[in-house]
Amino acid sequence: MSDKRSPMYAVIGASSVGTMIEWYDFYIFGSLATLISTKFFPSENETLAFLSTLATFAAGFIVRPFGALFFGRLGDLIGRKYTFMVTLLLMGGATFLIGCIPSYETIGIVSPLLVLLLRLLQGLALGGEYGGAATYVAEHSPNHQRGLMTSWIQTTATAGLIISLVVIAITRGSMSEEAFDDYGWRIPFLASAVMIYVSYIIRRNMHESPLFAKAKAEGKTSVNPLRESFGNRYNLKFVLLALLGVTMGQGVVWYTGQFYAMSFIERVMHVPKVQVDGILIWALCLGTPFFILFGWLSDKVGRKWIMMSGMLLAVLCYRYIYTQMYETVNVQNKTEVTAESVVRAELVGADSVFTVSRAYTDGTRFTEVTTVKAGVPHVDKEVSVNASDKRTLIFWVFIQVLFVTMVYGPIAAFLVEMFPVKIRYTSMSLPYHVGNGIFGGLLPAIATFLVTRADAVNAKATALGLLPPIDKPYLEGLWYPMVIAGISLVIGIVYLDGNDNRVDD
Amino acid sequence: MNTVKRILGVLWILLGLAAVYYLIYNQAIPLWKAGGENIIAAVIYIFVLCPIIAGSLGCFGWFAWKGEFDE
Repeated sequence: MSDKRSPMYAVIGASSVGTMIEWYDFYIFGSLATLISTKFFPSENETLAFLSTLATFAAGFIVRPFGALFFGRLGDLIGRKYTFMVTLLLMGGATFLIGCIPSYETIGIVSPLLVLLLRLLQGLALGGEYGGAATYVAEHSPNHQRGLMTSWIQTTATAGLIISLVVIAITRGSMSEEAFDDYGWRIPFLASAVMIYVSYIIRRNMHESPLFAKAKAEGKTSVNPLRESFGNRYNLKFVLLALLGVTMGQGVVWYTGQFYAMSFIERVMHVPKVQVDGILIWALCLGTPFFILFGWLSDKVGRKWIMMSGMLLAVLCYRYIYTQMYETVNVQNKTEVTAESVVRAELVGADSVFTVSRAYTDGTRFTEVTTVKAGVPHVDKEVSVNASDKRTLIFWVFIQVLFVTMVYGPIAAFLVEMFPVKIRYTSMSLPYHVGNGIFGGLLPAIATFLVTRADAVNAKATALGLLPPIDKPYLEGLWYPMVIAGISLVIGIVYLDGNDNRVDD
Repeated sequence: MNTVKRILGVLWILLGLAAVYYLIYNQAIPLWKAGGENIIAAVIYIFVLCPIIAGSLGCFGWFAWKGEFDE
């Protein structure tokens, strides 16, 4: 049996930095998705649009749980340390290579196929990484500090998102728009290689988890972690409880607070992308320390009720928060400076372009450009917000991130404590990635459907001369996270025990 | 509390079935009819998401109903 033990700060540092870089790698693809699609998946080609959709859905929904199963099994068979080194190298290699692939114009169909393959590898690696890092840190932590220690892992997803936004913003700001469009977008992908190398060196020098090393030395590791995790009725019911009582609700709260908020401000409120990124970066930076706070608090008062409180607050507050955000920017609540307003009509080639530009006393500027192409109008709106409104939006997004930190801060310690050493990596990884990837990942599609349906119902009523039956159709998308988090809340409150904080069983 | 856990088990089973109905009729079928790349999403709804959501809720409900989560 190995009695070597890495110092706690090194364990947390090595695990957190690597996991953060993996999230960074995963998010830069999403953040640059529009640009990437023009390089690898030109929209005029139906096959490429097909591959593009496959890349989005497959990596987000399907591959992550498979990665959890594949690497979880490996982690329970050969060890945590080697497994999460493999996931790190796999993610880094895939990200670096995406930055190297010639565009569709240069090498044709091979280009999008390679991107799809590498994106799938990214999803697989991500599926294996989180469980490994959380288990590794938890198995080093003393019982009374496990929530605090593992909460550092919980900051990594948000930190990875912040770093991806910052790296992209710096790269974009350091060159012309043409240069960024031409080659600059590759830099965030290529930069990943340096970060992964540093993280690999740090992890290489770490020792195996002491609990796993002990179990292995005593011959108590599992011979078939998949069968023991999901074929064993006793363990399966805890896997289902972890999924439905915790990770499902956490997944939707996480996606709503970070991604749906971003998409809502940009697409529904028409705030420019640069301002949206700034709002999100501020809110995430302000919120990130609370992962540590709630992780620490969970060691004192228990994990269950902090997570359940986060879900309850989300269910109760979402509609109010989104109404406040919407009304903050709503130009109907503002006073127009008519002398500065401009209405212009012009012909650009064969297209007619109508531009309406309005200024408001508080500094807000509204622009609406209607382009009529072959008789079909296309409307682009933009509301450039003033500094005060920007601070208000940062506050409301921060409140949502606070809910995220409540449900997400203690969850690693909670999941680790639910399962025994010999099948821990496998058993905790799957519910985490199904909860996040599937229940959380479904949020954009279902929320969009709910808003579109509400708009259609209102349009139909208006056409019949009736009053629109749905008061605020833009809020309809929130029903999905509210219902899912509500179900998870009830299951969590009724069925979760939350008293077991041992990891050496 | 054990009685509440068991009764709620039936609700989770019904909820699993309702989720399948919703995903197929409101999501998968309209996407399938839209054609093109939407077919991928429809296939994923039917063959990946429905089994996972219905399976997990149904199985959990069954365990709860049978008293597996009793104290």
